[in-house]
Amino acid sequence: MSAGVKKAKSTGDLAKERNLPRKLIAPALIFSIALTQVPFLATIYFSLTEWNLLKPQDKKFAGIDNYLYVFQTGDLLPAIIATVGLTAFSVITSLLVGLFFAVLLDRKFLGQSVARTLIITPFLIMPAASALIWKFSMFDTNIGVINFVIQKLGFSAIGWSTQYPYISVIILLTWQFAPFMMLILLSGLQSQSREVLEAASVDRAGIWRTFAFITLPHLRQYIEIAILLGTIMLLQAFDPVAIMTKGTGGTKTLAYLLYERAFVGMNVGQAAAYGVVTVVLTIVVATVSLRSLFKVFISGVSK
Amino acid sequence: MNNKVKALIAVVVVAIAGVVVVQQRSGGDVTLTLATVNNGQMKDMESLKGEFEAANPGIKVNFQVMEEGDLRSAVTSDVANKAGQYDIVTIGAYEVPQWGANGWLTDLTPDLADKAYDVGDILPPVKDALSVNGKQYAVPFYGESSILMYNKEILDAKGVKLSNNPTWNEVAAAAKKVNSAKTAGICLRGKPGWGDLFAPLTTVVQTFGGTWYDMNWDAKVNSPEFTQAVTFYKDLLAAAGEKDPVSYSFNECLTALKTGKVAMWYDASVAASMLEADDSPVKGKMGYAHAPVVKTKEAGWLWSWNLAVPANTQNKEAAVKFIKWATSKDYHQLVGKKLGWSLVPPGARTSTYSIPEYKEAAAAYAPITLEVMSAVNPKQPGVNPQPWVGIQYVAIPEFQDVGNQVAQLVADAIAGRTTVKEALDKGQVIAQAAGDAHKK
Repeated sequence: MSAGVKKAKSTGDLAKERNLPRKLIAPALIFSIALTQVPFLATIYFSLTEWNLLKPQDKKFAGIDNYLYVFQTGDLLPAIIATVGLTAFSVITSLLVGLFFAVLLDRKFLGQSVARTLIITPFLIMPAASALIWKFSMFDTNIGVINFVIQKLGFSAIGWSTQYPYISVIILLTWQFAPFMMLILLSGLQSQSREVLEAASVDRAGIWRTFAFITLPHLRQYIEIAILLGTIMLLQAFDPVAIMTKGTGGTKTLAYLLYERAFVGMNVGQAAAYGVVTVVLTIVVATVSLRSLFKVFISGVSK
Repeated sequence: MNNKVKALIAVVVVAIAGVVVVQQRSGGDVTLTLATVNNGQMKDMESLKGEFEAANPGIKVNFQVMEEGDLRSAVTSDVANKAGQYDIVTIGAYEVPQWGANGWLTDLTPDLADKAYDVGDILPPVKDALSVNGKQYAVPFYGESSILMYNKEILDAKGVKLSNNPTWNEVAAAAKKVNSAKTAGICLRGKPGWGDLFAPLTTVVQTFGGTWYDMNWDAKVNSPEFTQAVTFYKDLLAAAGEKDPVSYSFNECLTALKTGKVAMWYDASVAASMLEADDSPVKGKMGYAHAPVVKTKEAGWLWSWNLAVPANTQNKEAAVKFIKWATSKDYHQLVGKKLGWSLVPPGARTSTYSIPEYKEAAAAYAPITLEVMSAVNPKQPGVNPQPWVGIQYVAIPEFQDVGNQVAQLVADAIAGRTTVKEALDKGQVIAQAAGDAHKK
């Protein structure tokens, strides 16, 4: 309706009308451009220089040498595979574990709120701290809980970080992010209409069929949001790799590779080149996936 | 982000500089800023700085204590960019010759010539590692080598005896003999990193006759000797080592040895003082031997934490005065009397080992530390000559990167995901790229 009224106005009026909001937004816009784009431009500049912190006398313009290095050393593709693989597995496992706990917590029982708080805790612990906890208290061969149980069962201790680095990282990330998935799915479960569930039980649909044909379709949007947000957070996972596996066994993610180039290699130019390549890849992937895979935001508006 | 941090640092530096300038003008005082690592001995130095300030009115010393990794990046960027934030820096034996050759550090040779300081008392291998072309760029605060430590109770129970100069074959045989489900035979660092896995592994490579680079800076990482040494290390870990080597470095092995989970350990000599500490369950049960060898006479490494004065400091005279005080014989007496004799910084001065009170307090490990530290040769630790000074590292800026990447490859080989040959063939390419930058 209001659109029709606006159409009646001349374009000059419209420009004037929009002038004030534009001026009001300007400071915030300039600030956010300065905050996000200036460092990015600096990174692009750094990526074109040969600059090793330990050899300041050799600092010079390098053209595209750093980009050639990025694509020729063959570290980039394994890092992308590691990042995508670890993220995908961790998102799926934490989603399944989260769904399990969400369904359990959706029932009324004594101490429900205490149980919910306890289950959320892993998500609230600092990532570095939880990596350390898992390294020493859980996975350690001498004092770790997991190996203690394994040995009590009569098997010999497992060197998790050495033998199963990939699985170790996934286990830790699942422990950390399952509560987050659970929170989103739980809100979905609680928004289910009781009448529909009652009707299903009157029709004797049974627990499994109710879950598969009523609850899961209802949860679809929530699952999509959980996957999207979980992927964004898990792509940046760095601490378990830095603290437990040190990039061995196919766990050298893009984030860890970049860290190594910058703070072990002290090579600002190469690190910046990796950074720029990562940003470009992220923009491409995000654009495609947001448009095609996740219609949830658009459909959410139309409802 | 980068620029913001830089701006912030700039503001802080200007503020500090302003404070220093104001102080200097008001009372003619000098405030020295010292960057150091958060080890026990350094904190002892901080607690005793009042003695220095009392003896030298007009000089104040401000300590900035950091984690090793933070210290390395903070000091490196400050000194390399000539920012001049620090008057005194604590740096490792790896950095000193490189930074000295770059002209980043003050040449201390003339200042150390006086008789009271007695520069000849500094352990010769340590002094060698801190000098370039006869110029000494730093003074050692404390030093260490690597030794074999073993739990005598566990070895005796199996009837195993070790000599004072064991070979790696003897040690491997002993480790396999005492290895059991509850107690691993030997603990060796496996955590990927140039300062973790490759500190002990490089000494093993050298005593097997291998090296990182030959005299022409050609990489020798996939040479037969290097391969043989890494294979030996891997096989020993598999047969009698700790279960999760990627997680294990100095602190993890120390805990395992203290709690009786391993029988032997090859690592830094400074660990002995922790194994013999009053709260250690294995105090008095330990035996110590030289680093195991194959083709060389000695295989111990050499490390020291040192004090140096950046070349562009405004307070050179006062800074030199302080580092001479902190590394003097008098300072060792002061630590002994004020804090306890077992806390005297080890491995820097020969005379430390003739102080009667120290000999008594550190009877279990002082003799072997002195013996090993005087015997190692940082100029040529291996079988063949090498174009750098240093034992468990290559003194070029690229080495922390090269060592780190090759360590990850070797860790994959230790876990059995690749073969040693594949890992070292890849490592050879990485090492050669760094070596090419040093060819003349």
